[in-house]
Amino acid sequence: MSGVTVIAVIASAIRLATPLLLSALGGVFSERSGVVNIGLEGIMIFGAFFSVLFTHITGNAWIGVVAAIIFGIVMAALLAVVSINLKGNQIIAGTAVNLLAAALTAFFLELIWHRSGSTPICPDMLTSNPIRVLEKLPVIGDLFKQFTPFIYIAIVLTFVTYYILWKTPWGLHVRAVGEHPKAADTVGIGVYKTRWICVLLSGVLAGLSGACLSIGTVGLFREGMVAGKGFIALAAMVFGKWHPIGAMGASFFFGICLAIQIQAQSFGLDVPGEFLAMVPYVATIIVLIGVVGKAVAPKADGQPYEKDEA
Amino acid sequence: MKTRLLNVWSVLKLPLVAILVGFVVGAFCIMLAGSNPLTAYAALLKGSLASLPSFGETLYKVTPILLTGLAAAIGFRCGLFNIGGEGQYVVAAIATVGVAWSFQGLPHFILVPILLITGALVGGVWGGIAGILKAKRGINEVITTIMLNWTALYLSNYLVRTLLNPSRLLDKLPSGHTVAVPEAARLMKLKVIIPAFGYSSAHTGIFIAIGVAVLMWFILFKTTLGYEIRAVGFNPTASEYGGISSAKNTFLAMFISGGLAGLAGAIQIMGLVYMVNQSPELPGYGFTGLCVALVGLSHPLGCIPAALLFGILDNGSRQMQLAGIPKEINAIISAVILVFVAGALLLKYINVYFEKKRGAGKPRFKEVREV
Repeated sequence: MSGVTVIAVIASAIRLATPLLLSALGGVFSERSGVVNIGLEGIMIFGAFFSVLFTHITGNAWIGVVAAIIFGIVMAALLAVVSINLKGNQIIAGTAVNLLAAALTAFFLELIWHRSGSTPICPDMLTSNPIRVLEKLPVIGDLFKQFTPFIYIAIVLTFVTYYILWKTPWGLHVRAVGEHPKAADTVGIGVYKTRWICVLLSGVLAGLSGACLSIGTVGLFREGMVAGKGFIALAAMVFGKWHPIGAMGASFFFGICLAIQIQAQSFGLDVPGEFLAMVPYVATIIVLIGVVGKAVAPKADGQPYEKDEA
Repeated sequence: MKTRLLNVWSVLKLPLVAILVGFVVGAFCIMLAGSNPLTAYAALLKGSLASLPSFGETLYKVTPILLTGLAAAIGFRCGLFNIGGEGQYVVAAIATVGVAWSFQGLPHFILVPILLITGALVGGVWGGIAGILKAKRGINEVITTIMLNWTALYLSNYLVRTLLNPSRLLDKLPSGHTVAVPEAARLMKLKVIIPAFGYSSAHTGIFIAIGVAVLMWFILFKTTLGYEIRAVGFNPTASEYGGISSAKNTFLAMFISGGLAGLAGAIQIMGLVYMVNQSPELPGYGFTGLCVALVGLSHPLGCIPAALLFGILDNGSRQMQLAGIPKEINAIISAVILVFVAGALLLKYINVYFEKKRGAGKPRFKEVREV
């Protein structure tokens, strides 16, 4: 394997890991506050579709990114209403979000472009490296040529997430709400409000992740383009032990598996692609079993909170 | 009599309202697409119920989702979320093809039961993995079943590409699907018995599915096993005090649930498709099964009309498309029903649950959380 191939695989891995990481960070926010977010997949579909739609309308991909965030929030709000205020089941709510997002985007595709399958290519995309200086670096300069703006955004947001959740008072509140909502409520932390903000933040991040898949990669929206990436992101979050830095490591690891799967033939590796594709899921189960350091969810993850009224 | 009717209404109110809301939202979307909702819904009914062949098509669509619905329902009854119906379906389908190919010399009436049992066992084992992990290590079944869904999909794709490919078994060119199961493994079409079913693909699998629904009702409500499963679902701690092992019943419920989803996979292969295709996505029967179980109030017999509803939505979409209405409307209706059920129906249950608890002067929080 030559140095060029190594760089190519790493670059490809980072590009593939980015949407996973963004969504996984969304999952970290949501689940740290105690709301299980199975709906990441659906929010990504929404983000991917609306970023393309608004890029088409305005001709500016950055406005597409803003649209992805806004519509990500809309989908997340549905999850928040059902699982926080109505105290509905979070798993069902998440599944409903996934089904609804897939159905609505297919419907809008038909309604707006009168075609099914995929949208036309966008007039503007975000697939080139915004920080050209880095390309001049020796050896790893070629790596940066492959970078998209989303990669920088994801890396920055990973550390921002870590800082918010572990270094600020509000982050402590979030984690308290996720571990023991009643205790948090007793000391005056608004459980509903905290959970709402966190679920909406997961909408922001998963929406961004959707934009990364569409305008940050192929420049169009295709039905089924998310195809389980929301669930790999969920796996990355669990594999990373509900921690942003862990999620980053997990996403990169999963990205490498996907990259090798795509490029296996180019360096004559004889591993069936299907087994490489399985690695994220099997690895996550192994981590949950606790063979290599047990992953433990926030204690109140998945539990609706009933406020004591009187 | 009147109170009895009122009772029935209070139970059925929420799924019926959910369905109504689903159709109202659907009507709104149809108007958005520039069509008349009444024309659209008439086309929906015409396409799925108006003639015996079209009703037969609906029955064919009902068959797998009734079984995956039962799978989800028994999970719910034990307090478990088996969203692994997808994966259990997929592994059972591919196993059915493999076993049917290996035993292709056997006569129809021996091969069919063998394949049904294979599908149920393989699906059961796939579900049982999540069951054991939950029972022994307290690992949340939601995450494990999601992971097992995709593991199953890639495992199936691998077997389609290699071991069961026509290129390996028949000296043909490589293709994206497995070899077809032999004639002896195929379920009889209803039109062979009743010619009036015409072009429809309905097969005897629907009788198996309905029979299994009745059997599940019997098991859940008339046997000790069913009682224990429901007791664990209602309150694991209390059942443990009463001598009912929650670990054992958790595993059994996941095994049975997986077995039912596996049966759906086997029957789908034997009834119509006869082979497994390579696929980048999960087939979706498991998720529809969740909708069926929720609208059917997790009652095995309630799953029958619920599966019929989703079968009608699925089958009627073609006729709606001919009437110029986007086929996605039906998926939107299903999703809205699910949103409403998730929010309103469970809200109701949880409220009742808390009312009871409050009445007994117990704490209102479930403090114990396993994972």
